[in-house]
Amino acid sequence: MKFKTVIGLEVHLQLNTHTKIFCACAMRFGVSPNSQVCPVCLGLPGSLPVLNNKVLNKAVKLCLALDCQIAKEIRFDRKNYFYPDLPKGYQISQYDKPVGSNGKLNGIGITRIHLEEDAGKLIHNPEGSLVDYNRAGTPLLEIVSEPDIQNPKQAYDYLSALKSISEYLEVSDCNMEEGSLRCDANISISPIHSEELGVKIEIKNMNSFRGVQKALEYEEKRQREILNKGEKLSQETRLWDAEKEITLVMRSKEEANDYRYFPEPDLPCFFISLDMIEEIKKQMPELPQQRQQRFISQYKIPEYDAAVLTKEKKMADYFEKCLEFFDKPKTISNWLMRDVLNFLKTEKVSWDDFSLSPQNFTDLLKFVEVKEISINMGREVFLEMLKSNKKAKEIIAEKGLAQVSDEGKLKSIIGKIIIANSKSVKDFQSGKEKALMFLVGQVMKETKGKANAAVVQKLLREECKKSPLVSL
Amino acid sequence: MKNLNQLTAHKLLEMLKKEEITSLEIVQSLFERIEKAEDKIRAYLFWDKEKILAKAKKSKQGLLSGIPIAIKDNICVEGEPTGCASQILQGFISPYDATVVKNLKAKGAILCGRTNMDEFAFGSSTENSAYQVTHNPWDGQRVPGGSSGGSAAAVAADEAIFALGSDTGGSIRQPAGLCGVVGFKPTYGRVSRYGLIAFGSSLDQIGTLTKDVADAALLLKAIAGFDNQDSTSVDISVPDYEKYLEREIKGLKIGLPDEYFIEGLERNVKQRVEEAIKVFEGLGAEMVRISLPHTEFAVAVYYILATAEASSNLLRFDGVEYGVRKTVNSLQPTVYSLQKTENRKNLLSEMYEKTREEGFGKEAKRRIILGTYVLSRGYYDQYYLKAAKVRNLVVKDFKEAFEKCDLILTPTSPTPAWKIGEKTEDPLRMYLSDIFTIPANLAGIPAVSIPCGFCKGLPVGLQLFGKAFAEEKILQAAYAYEQSTEWHLQKPKI
Repeated sequence: MKFKTVIGLEVHLQLNTHTKIFCACAMRFGVSPNSQVCPVCLGLPGSLPVLNNKVLNKAVKLCLALDCQIAKEIRFDRKNYFYPDLPKGYQISQYDKPVGSNGKLNGIGITRIHLEEDAGKLIHNPEGSLVDYNRAGTPLLEIVSEPDIQNPKQAYDYLSALKSISEYLEVSDCNMEEGSLRCDANISISPIHSEELGVKIEIKNMNSFRGVQKALEYEEKRQREILNKGEKLSQETRLWDAEKEITLVMRSKEEANDYRYFPEPDLPCFFISLDMIEEIKKQMPELPQQRQQRFISQYKIPEYDAAVLTKEKKMADYFEKCLEFFDKPKTISNWLMRDVLNFLKTEKVSWDDFSLSPQNFTDLLKFVEVKEISINMGREVFLEMLKSNKKAKEIIAEKGLAQVSDEGKLKSIIGKIIIANSKSVKDFQSGKEKALMFLVGQVMKETKGKANAAVVQKLLREECKKSPLVSL
Repeated sequence: MKNLNQLTAHKLLEMLKKEEITSLEIVQSLFERIEKAEDKIRAYLFWDKEKILAKAKKSKQGLLSGIPIAIKDNICVEGEPTGCASQILQGFISPYDATVVKNLKAKGAILCGRTNMDEFAFGSSTENSAYQVTHNPWDGQRVPGGSSGGSAAAVAADEAIFALGSDTGGSIRQPAGLCGVVGFKPTYGRVSRYGLIAFGSSLDQIGTLTKDVADAALLLKAIAGFDNQDSTSVDISVPDYEKYLEREIKGLKIGLPDEYFIEGLERNVKQRVEEAIKVFEGLGAEMVRISLPHTEFAVAVYYILATAEASSNLLRFDGVEYGVRKTVNSLQPTVYSLQKTENRKNLLSEMYEKTREEGFGKEAKRRIILGTYVLSRGYYDQYYLKAAKVRNLVVKDFKEAFEKCDLILTPTSPTPAWKIGEKTEDPLRMYLSDIFTIPANLAGIPAVSIPCGFCKGLPVGLQLFGKAFAEEKILQAAYAYEQSTEWHLQKPKI
């Protein structure tokens, strides 16, 4: 049987404001537990929330970038439930008047985007469970997609694009491992021509974009197998086990939670005026798509390069910075896509921690460009620069890596090689081009690779012509 | 000097200024009174004598320099127990000051104890306190009203110079009426709620209980004003209320709503109010008959909205972070490990259930259940949403009425103080004692209750409603009335 897959994603994005959504507490990551708290985010009796305006600003920014309709008036509501990480016994969220609705990303519909506060974090030990409220009150945007996603790869692409846009807008760090981006997925499978939707299964606990894709792939396969056997699926929530790469039932059949939403009486309605939207539009930076187009037309680089370079804002910024020092877009692009990305990937370094300045990096590229060193040597120097923090010039000098392009110097070496390899010289003279390459190789060997191969070749041609035929 | 405790704050401030007395003398005379009368009145839950005496010896300069004030137990004071007269908050010490408390401290007032109340302000008689029943100073067999019954009784019994209370459906005005003192509820948004432990967030307002209208003006000036920690407080400048007091009220239009002079209003009470109307007429005010047609729905609307908000506001009392934690198996707070999923379900629900079952009193539970019900899926539209719509009609009633008049005059409650225990088994009858005070909270408008006489030795209160943020108008009229009567000077014999 052929099946179709329907996927919807629910993303929670932590906004990177300096302070929390309803109080003035800071939001640094990795500080000691309960050190960034106050009566408001602890939900102490008598405390009241006050909306951080920067939060609304960032929310509107992202909504605009995702082509959402922006509500003229928004309201907060209380979502009531008990859990130890929820200090007030209710979460301030938005129910029927979210900030944004009807958006689009990568052709996938976005149902709604709403603001809410994050809860604290439970830390479980066998001796007892503890609560850290540092995270409580962190501003979150919940972004709910339409069930428009047709396969797991598309889900991955949707998340990558969302991350890319959020980074460009500087609204979120989008770090799934640190929890600044969290994603739950809904997936249902049904026979390809069936009108009815399949049974909806929710998957939680993925901690990377690849994890989301893999979990969905696993579910797709699992559900197909069940349906192929003629069995039925049941509505349930499953947890992704990243180590075993399987999903496990967390709870079967949705427990009928009644959150008893009602308007938050401690906060007024907030109005998003056209003026405010215009003001935010003015602050909007160039988005990944726009930047990609500009790179193609302005720097005349291939579409593929532009796409890779602009996916991460920091990479695109780096690229443009490099251009200030060295006006060879394609050369820079090649190096960034190949060597730098490779390095970042294998060393698990982020752009933030990439220590090589665009100036030092382009200095290296210039040495290669003028053939002071070969490309291969350039790569060695590149890695050495990252290791030792030295400049390209210093490393080249220290290691004596500079190419020998000096014709006088090379001529004396070539003279020696010609004498020692008269057979090959003869072969070349009688028309065998291959013999020349052998001779170039000999010169390179003699100079430990430092000779400029192009110069060597040119000189060899000249010298071989001059050299009298040696007869036996 | 003797009996300083009987004087008003504005009189004491005058004497302090002339250096006739010291703040320490005021506080000492208060403690003398408290030690004598408190056994019979039981107005206070807590006071720290040593600390208060020390404060009185070196009080800060300011508007209320050296004047002691009693605070209702639901307003947070840093470093002091703040418990809403509830078991569930036993042992809770607030780590911060409510904005009103901050303001009072900055103006030199001396905080002198926490007054009793109905648990979480749920009640009209102060009988729902988890700790004690407060007695009406005019008749020890009777209730002082509520929920700010402790504050009202303390002021009436001269155990306090003045006090703060909170008013969600009449909790300042009704006990003020029943105890024969002045109770003022400002406009919603006039006084910061930051640090007031919430009951019905869209209705709650901190206000004053004082011996006369001039003190109400003085204390209101000290606590009113915009607070950037309360998003519902309003940024409108605070007038100098005292300056309005001496103004004439000639030509002032006072509305008399048909719906407030009805059956169920005790005959004696009605008579006192009618006598008061004559006094106002004598002062040159003009009486206008008006209608507030949705009055009959006010109590029902109130008990839906207030309980809905309360059910959510009280969720935080769950035994996790502060207050009391109760568990099945041990007397000590148990350390829970929620590592296993079953533990999470069982241990947690055990803690929540036990803590809330033992921590909350009967009325609190009743209101939590009511409020949870009206917000539940399938009932929300029918109850909460409908009530919210009717609330708008009540707001509209007042808006239209205030096109015809400057103030509205009504009785504060249908009856004088009733006997302790008389209505505890009949919550509905108890709820109806707030029938005249509730509409002001629904509409968010300011209101005062002032003494207007006695029936069978029990005080009767008269209520004035004003337009939003026109507190000065109410104070002006109340002051003019008070100047031509002597009801506020009567003292109970204890």
